[in-house]
Parts: sequence; C-alpha cells; structure tokens
Amino acid sequence: MAAYLLRRLLQSALILLGVSFITFVLLYVLPADPVRQIAGRSATAQTVENIRHELGLDQPFVIQYLHYLWGMVQGDLGRSYLQKTEVAALIAARLPATLLLMLGAIACELVIGLTMGVFAALRRGTAFDHSLMMVSFVTVSAPQFVVGLLLLYVFAVQLGWFPIGGYGTFAHLVLPSLTLGILGSGWYSRMMRSSMLDVLRADFIRTARAKGLSRARIVLAHALPNAILPVIAMIGIDIGVFMGGIVVVESVFGWPGIGQLAWQAIQRVDIPIIMGVTLVSAMAIVLGNLLADLITPFIDPRIKLK
Amino acid sequence: MKTLLASTAVMLALAMPVAGQDYTPDPNARARGSIVITYKDDVATLDPAIGYDWQNWSMIKSLFDGLMDYVPGTTTLRPGLAESYDISEDGMTYTFHLRPGVKFHNGREMTAEDVKYSLDRVTNPATQSPGAGFFGSIKGYDAMADGSATELEGVKVIDPATVEITLSRPDATFLHVMALNFAHVVPKEEVEKWGADFGRHPVGTGSYKLGEWTVGQRLVFEKNADNWRKGVPYLDQITFEVGQEPIVALLRLQKGAVDIPGDGIPPAKFQEVMNDPEQAKDVVEGGQLQTGYITMNVTTPPFDQKEVRQAINMAINKDRIVQIINGRAVPANQPLPPSMPGYTKDYKGYPYDPEKARAMLAEAGLPDGFETELYVMNTDPNPRIAQAIQQDLAAIGVKASLQSLAQANVIEAGGNGSAPMIWSGGMAWIADFPDPSNFYGPILGCAGAEPGGWNWAKYCNEALDEKAAAADAMADPAKSDERLKLWSDIFMQVMDDAPWVPVFNEQRYTMKSTRMGGADDLYVDPVSIPVNYDYVYVTE
Repeated sequence: MAAYLLRRLLQSALILLGVSFITFVLLYVLPADPVRQIAGRSATAQTVENIRHELGLDQPFVIQYLHYLWGMVQGDLGRSYLQKTEVAALIAARLPATLLLMLGAIACELVIGLTMGVFAALRRGTAFDHSLMMVSFVTVSAPQFVVGLLLLYVFAVQLGWFPIGGYGTFAHLVLPSLTLGILGSGWYSRMMRSSMLDVLRADFIRTARAKGLSRARIVLAHALPNAILPVIAMIGIDIGVFMGGIVVVESVFGWPGIGQLAWQAIQRVDIPIIMGVTLVSAMAIVLGNLLADLITPFIDPRIKLK
Repeated sequence: MKTLLASTAVMLALAMPVAGQDYTPDPNARARGSIVITYKDDVATLDPAIGYDWQNWSMIKSLFDGLMDYVPGTTTLRPGLAESYDISEDGMTYTFHLRPGVKFHNGREMTAEDVKYSLDRVTNPATQSPGAGFFGSIKGYDAMADGSATELEGVKVIDPATVEITLSRPDATFLHVMALNFAHVVPKEEVEKWGADFGRHPVGTGSYKLGEWTVGQRLVFEKNADNWRKGVPYLDQITFEVGQEPIVALLRLQKGAVDIPGDGIPPAKFQEVMNDPEQAKDVVEGGQLQTGYITMNVTTPPFDQKEVRQAINMAINKDRIVQIINGRAVPANQPLPPSMPGYTKDYKGYPYDPEKARAMLAEAGLPDGFETELYVMNTDPNPRIAQAIQQDLAAIGVKASLQSLAQANVIEAGGNGSAPMIWSGGMAWIADFPDPSNFYGPILGCAGAEPGGWNWAKYCNEALDEKAAAADAMADPAKSDERLKLWSDIFMQVMDDAPWVPVFNEQRYTMKSTRMGGADDLYVDPVSIPVNYDYVYVTE
C-alpha cells in the first residue's frame, strides 16, 4: 500500500511537471505579447522594453522556464503581471469558494443523477425510462448561462427564496450548486443506469432474488454498492473539472471562484495566473483520481491496489 | 535663490483658481448614505502608477489626487493638490504651489517631497508603470527610462509647499499629464511598507479611503472625513461588488439591490430598458472621448495606395453599423470625437458612395477588387460589425476574410504589422486626457508605427509629426486657439491620407437607481469613467 501510494505520488509529480512544461510552452508561443498587455496602449517602445526586462521576459525560454520551476518547487507561483499580487494569494483567496461550490455541485449531481439512473434502470424500456433519459440528455446539453439565469430569475428574483447572487451563507450556495447539479446529473444518471443494468443481470442478483430477498433490499444492499464503482471514478474527474473553475456559473451568481480568476487572466495574457490555475486544477485532477482509486477497494474487495 | 527670484519676475502668473473654472456644488446634495456598484471583472490594482483600465481609473481618482484635476463632469482643468501654479515665459518651467494642510489617509501631511517621490517612482522602470512615457517632456526623463538615474533631474523641491518642474521641451499637454492618475501623489512610507502590494493597500489624499478589500468579492470605499476638498464626498460609503454578470446586475438594480451597474446595460437588454419609460428615465446618455475605426496597413499593398484607402472610406455604410449596436453611437467622419477640442465641425468626411469607391479602385488599377483580411476581436458585437464591413467591402469587389481572435492576439497582429485591416472595436481609442495630442502620437504618429506600437495602420507622415511637435510646443495658453487650429489641420491631412476609416463615436449609457442624485454630467463624466464618485449622492 505504501509503495503503491509512493509510486502514484511520484507519478503525480511527473504529471504536474509535464503540465507545467506544456502550458509554459503554449503560453510562450502564443501570438500575444504579455508585455503589451501590461504596458497598455500609450506606452512608448522604451517603456515596453523596460517592463519586458523587469519581468525577465527578455531572457531565453529555457531560463524563463527553469526560473519558474525553481520558484514552483519552493511553492512560489510568482506575481501576477497586471495585479502585481502573489498568484498563490490570489488562488488561495478563491479556493474556499471553489471547494464549497464543488462540494455543493457534486452533492446535487449525485442526488439528482443517481436517483434518476437507478429508477430508469429499474423501469428499463418503459416510457418512464425513456423520458428520464431524455431529460438527462437535455440537461447535459443545456447551456450553463441559460439554466443559471432561469433558476436565478425564478427562485431569487421572482420568488425571493434565495439571494440574487453573492457568496457567504448556505442560501447563496443553493442555486449555483443546483445549476451545476442539474447540468451534470445527466452524465451520472446515464452512467448509473447502464451500470445498474449490468449489475441487475449478474448471477448474484439472481441468487439474491431466488433466496426471496425483498426488492428494496436487493437494490439497496446488493445492486447499488456494486453499480456505484464507475460513479466514483467519475467524481474523481469532476473534482478536477470543478477545480479548474466554472466560469459561467460563477459569473451568473457572482461566485468568487477560481474560474473567474482564470478567465480574466486568459483575456489579458497574465501568464503567472494562468500557470498557477492550470497547475492547481491539474493537481486536483491527479489527486481526485488518486482518491477515487484509493476508495474503490473499500467498496469492492475484488479490486486490489498494486 | 537669486536666479529663481529673477525668473519669478518674468513668470506668467496665472492666478488660480479662476472664477467660473471651478465647480458649483449641488444645493440639493446631502452628505449621507451608501451605494452599491457592480462589476464583472475583479479590480486589478489601485496603485495609481499601474492601474490603467477604465474600471480602476475613476476608483483611483477617488483615492488619490494629482497636482491638477478636472472640473467634475467636464474636460476643464482645475487645480488639485496644487493651489496655484506659474508657468515661465518660455513655457519650460512649471512652479506648483501646494495646498496647505492636505493629509494622506494615514494622517501625515503631504509635501513637495511626496510630489517628487511620486514622479520619480512612476518614471522608474522598476515600477513597471504603463504610463511612464507620458512624462517624456520632463527634463531627465530619458536618464530615468534607460536606468542611468533614479531621480528626475527636472523635478525640484523648492520648499515643502513648492515644487518646480523643468521640461526638456515645451509641452502644451503638460498640465493634463499632471492630472493623469499616473501623476497622482503617493506617500513614500506606505509604498515602501507594502512594496508590490501597495496596489492592494492604497493610501492617498483622495475623497475616499479603502475600507475593505475581499479579493474576488467586494471593495468598500469609506468617506475620507478629513478630505481637503471641503464638503465632498457626499456618500459615506461605496461598495463595489465584483464578479457579477451585467445582466444579473440589472436584475438586482430592478430589485433595488444595486445602484449603478458598472458595466452598463447589457446589449441584449438595451432595447427593453430604453423602451420602458420607467427604466429609461434612470439612464443617462453622454458622449465620450472615443472613436471606433478601421485601420488599413499603409505598408501592405494595395493599401499603400492612397486612392485605395480613400475608396474603402467611401465603401463603409456607417449608419448601418450604428444600427447594429442599437444606435449606441454616432457615425464618425474624422479621428477626433466631437467633444474633443480641435474637432473640425464643418468637415463632412467621405460620403458613403459605393459607386464612386468602385470607380476609384478601377482607377487605382484594381477594377476587380482584391482579397484581404480583416482582424476583429471575438466578443460581441465586434464580429457582427466586422460582418457588416465585410459585406460593404464585397459590394465594391473587395473580398475580406475575417480573422476573429482574442483581444491580445489582435493587438499583437496590429503591432507587428501582419494585419492588413483591423476593426478596432473593443480596443478602440479612448483618450487618456482631453487633448487632441493624445489622439495622434500613439495611434497615428511615427512613434506608434514602430513594431509593437498601437499605430496599426503603420502610418508615418514625418511632415505631420513635425507639425504635431510644433503644436505641442505651443504651451502659451494665449495661443490655445491657434494650437487647436493646427491640430485640426493635422487631422484633416490624416483624413486625406486616409489610413483609417473612422466609423463611429460610441455613446455612453449609465444606468442608476432612482434614488441616485446629482447632475447627469457626473454620470457620464468624460474623465471619471463610469461615474464621478466624489460628487454623486443619494436622495433618500
């Protein structure tokens, strides 16, 4: 187990190194000059060159990358080109909101998605099943902006049950989580349905039925735990997606998550922030997957970590 | 001191403040209340040497002051931290007499040393100020820019209340430069205490001081009770909520939870708001010092032919483009916007005449037109505007393919000269200060045509550059009219050479809650965009 963990962590470090290199290369070859963005439109050629020099952007690529790496291993993600603030501080300030929304969203996705999936599987082939799958298809295709705005308009503006955007209390969390939950639930319901169908066909379910167990017991105690495995892997991926930021939902609800930071940085070619957010979300994907893999053997003893 | 006294004798003493140049306070204004303003983007920095976007521009103006300022709601200069100033007869030396008793938010009194420190700081390359170049006319600037000096030779502290600035060339725009945010006065001890984080912990002399800043959520400005400008600000507090979609801000305004949506009325809702009298009455419309234009790279065939550029000028249907943006602009016929001094009122511009345009192309040896590329920023409404331009060009046989890219990529293509045509929308020129000079150098002068510069037409007319330099050397206020006439001539010559198609001047629409008070001019202030925070008030 310890060896496994060590190997996986080592792998993770390599992945992060790779991500940092590829992102750095991409940003370097991008046909947009970050110095122009900082210097603004009125800057003279000399001002531009002075800023380039101050930021070390006049140095060869390899030196720039090694410099970044050296900072990174010491936990220094540099300072934003435009805001001049430390990138680590900017990300840290937005981390709690990002994590909170991630938890809320995944909880909503699971409740909605798994319920739909299980019921669809149990009523396979019926009109109920078809309509549920239709709904899940619609939700995964619906634009975040429209769903978010609709929920905001109905439940916050018209009914006044929730605040119109913002951050701070549980009430603020409900609508953005629900928006993401509805949108993401389609993936979970489809996954859950097909996984459930596979399990319901398995021999041990037939045995359980033959033993005369109640239908509820068969579904909850025997089928569900076995069918849920792929869902756990999916949560692992979702963690990474949400940590990368959910730009649209965040801006509809005024949620101070990491997505808005990344979006603004991309617009203005603020490389240290783009690098920082990319690394944090890559790390989240890696850790999310690792976590999913670590949990799996506890749910299904047939799986062993090697 | 002797020489100084001697020169003082020949100084043109401009008694300031001159009556009528200052602002008459609103008799209905009451000092009370707090308001909420929303923005989509987070505030980048509140360091006056660094902040250079339209969102933090007026925030910084409320936190800091410069030697010069503008009469609220106008483009008229008035003294700020300087109570008065003298200009030497040759226009090379400015002596500013500081207002006594002005205190920074930390309680320390502001002195001439602070003015000097602030100017040294903004021109020091280590500060990375995007505005350093504005100070190019101060003696010793070049030594600062190339790193060989750490203090501006031309800035001298005479006594704690007097600072003397010597120029290396006469500069008619110098007082405007002293009113720019980049020239705002900062306290040395606070800058040194916070270092690069000063932009998050701003300390100035302004009407408001920063109360709270929760990154990604909100900033709270609190009234500076000890403000040197007596009676303002009226508001006790302003809360800026960031990270908010404009459409949500509008919904919240309708619910009474927001007073000013800082990003304006979202285009999709514009017609709906303006057609509803109840909402439209809370919208203030005004001009702004902005021009949207199409550049043609004069170094790239066939745009190296003047006739071709003139033909393109006649091919563009500006009225239709204005319709595309719901009439939120007025068609333009010259680079300067109508509210800018030096605007040529009786100039009619190129008529919209596709027939004639086609004939001119034929004369230029291009009877079948040609193929080219039109670069455009990829956010609405710019691609739609570019499509309209594309259709207009097609009507005279010019096949333009659209390159719809992120802002930074368009700027890069414009700077390195690889874009034959650019629609400037989203990056269009907004004046840094209300003087025609600011509409020439960086975007039409030879200096801006260097690689990486903002003169995307790569238009460089040396004779015109000389004229521009001559106009900027006319620092004597008595020659102001003559100077503006010269500028008008310069822009007329630009129109004849036709490196641009001026398309429109965007109008500004500021929406506010019903309880907001104060003259309309304050809500479309040409200098404090979007709103002059110091002078607006609430009526309940």
